[in-house]
Amino acid sequence: MERTDVIKIVNDFLIDEFEAEIEGISFDANFHETLELDSLDYVDLVVLVEDSFKFKLNGEDFKSVVSFDDLYDLIHSKVNQVELV
Amino acid sequence: MKRVVITGIGIYSCIGKNLDDVKNSLYNGQSGIGLDQKRKDNGYRSGLTGMLERPNLKKQLSRRQRIGMPEQAEYAYLATLEALLNARIDLDFLEKNNVGVLYGNDSSAAPVIEANDILREKMDTTLIGSGAIFKSMNSTVTMNLSTIFKLKGINFTISGACASGSHSIGMAYLLIKNGLQDQVICGGAQEVNMYAMGAFDAIGAFSVREMDPIGASRPFDRDRDGLVPSGGAATVILESLESAQKRGAKIYGEVIGYGFSSNGDHISKPDVRGPVRSLEMSLQQSGILANEVDYINAHATSTPLGDQNEARAIYQVFGSKPYVSSTKSMTGHECWMAGASEVVYSLLMMNDSFIAPNINLENPDEDSVKLNIPTKCTEAKIDTFLSNSFGFGGTNSSLVIRKFK
Repeated sequence: MERTDVIKIVNDFLIDEFEAEIEGISFDANFHETLELDSLDYVDLVVLVEDSFKFKLNGEDFKSVVSFDDLYDLIHSKVNQVELV
Repeated sequence: MKRVVITGIGIYSCIGKNLDDVKNSLYNGQSGIGLDQKRKDNGYRSGLTGMLERPNLKKQLSRRQRIGMPEQAEYAYLATLEALLNARIDLDFLEKNNVGVLYGNDSSAAPVIEANDILREKMDTTLIGSGAIFKSMNSTVTMNLSTIFKLKGINFTISGACASGSHSIGMAYLLIKNGLQDQVICGGAQEVNMYAMGAFDAIGAFSVREMDPIGASRPFDRDRDGLVPSGGAATVILESLESAQKRGAKIYGEVIGYGFSSNGDHISKPDVRGPVRSLEMSLQQSGILANEVDYINAHATSTPLGDQNEARAIYQVFGSKPYVSSTKSMTGHECWMAGASEVVYSLLMMNDSFIAPNINLENPDEDSVKLNIPTKCTEAKIDTFLSNSFGFGGTNSSLVIRKFK
C-alpha cells in the first residue's frame, strides 16, 4: 500500500470517528494534542487501525508517535511488514 | 422532616419525545405500539413493542461522552435535559450544589452481547473498544448522567425490576425528607432492542395479538393475552420544599408517601398480599385516608394474573371510588422506566385535570369490573394520586403524590 493511501484512510477515520477538524491535521502538528486524546482513546485507535489495516498496534507503538507524520510512518511501515509476510 | 416536591419532569417515550407530545397522546388515547419485524425474523414469539427512534446526539455531546452511552442512557439524557430545563436548573447550579442522581435501570443487554460477539470473532479484548464497559454496566445511566451534568451528590442505580423507576423516586424522597440531599435527579430508563427482550419473550409473557398492535396491550380486559414490552426514559427532579421555594421553582406536585414490600413468594407470579402491604404503607406514610386518593395509576401490564391480583389489592384497600387506569394500554410496559414515566404521566394529568383513557378495555373481568376505570378521556380534578409499580422477585412500590398546597 502506498503512503498516500495510508494517509487518506487514517485521516478519514480520524475525521469520521474522532471528529477531528481537517484543518487541524497536518504532517507537523502534534497528533496527541490536536486530537486531545486520553488513555481510553488509544484503545479505540487500535480498533480503528485493526478494522482498516488488519494488524494490531499496541500501547508501546504510540510512544514513538509525536506528529501526524509519525503516525502515518508507523502505520505505513506496519502495513508493509504485513504485506511482506 | 423536610417536605419533598417535584420541580422538574422530562420524558422520551413511544407516545412522545417531550412533555407536550406525551400529554396530547395521553389526552387522545394514542398508542405507541407497533410490530418489529426484526424480532420476528430472529425467532421472537411476539414482535410487538413500543416503537421509538434512537436520537442523534452528535451535536449535543462530545465523542467521549457519546461512546459510553447505550440507547437507554441517550433517552435518559434527553429526558433529563427537558426536566432540568423546566426546573430551571442550569450547569452553574449543578456546579455549585450537591445535586444527586438515582435512576432505575435493570439491564443493558445489547452492549454486552455486541462486545462478546467481537470477542468471539477476534479473540482479543482490546478490539472491543473503550466504550463497551461503560455501556454494559447496569449503572450505565447514572454514570453517564453524573459525568455529563457534573453531578456531585448521591450517585447510583436502582435495580428493582419493573419497579426500578418507582423505587428511585421513593429512595430520593427518603433522602431529601431526612435532610441528606436537597435535589435529586430520579427516573427510569429502558432499552428497546432485540437483545433486551429475548429472554422475557421466552417465558411467553408477551401478547401475540400481532394483527392488531394498537389493541394488543389491554390491561384489565378479559381478553388480554400478555404484555407488550416498551421503553425510553423519564426523569423526575425531587427537591426539598425549602430549596424549591428559595429558587422560585415551579412545583408540579409533592411526594407525600412511599410504600414498599416484597411478596416473599414466587419469582414471577404476582400476589395480592404484597401489593396490599405496599399500598397500606404508602397511605400510612402519607398520613391520608384511602378515600382521599382521587386517581390510581395502576401497574397493570395486561397479563391476566397480574391485572387480576392488582385489581383485588386496589379494591381491598380503596374500594370502588378512585379512578383507576393503566397508561400501559397506550405505552406498553416500559419496565425499568415505568415507575418513573407513570409518575410523569400522572403529573401531566393532575396538572391538566384529566384522566387518560385505559384504552382497549372492552370487557372487564370479575375483578376489574369493581373498579372505576375510565375508557374515555375524562375531565377530573385530581388532588392526590397513587402510582403502583411491581416487579419480578415480588418487589412492590407505591408512591403517593398530591398537588402542592
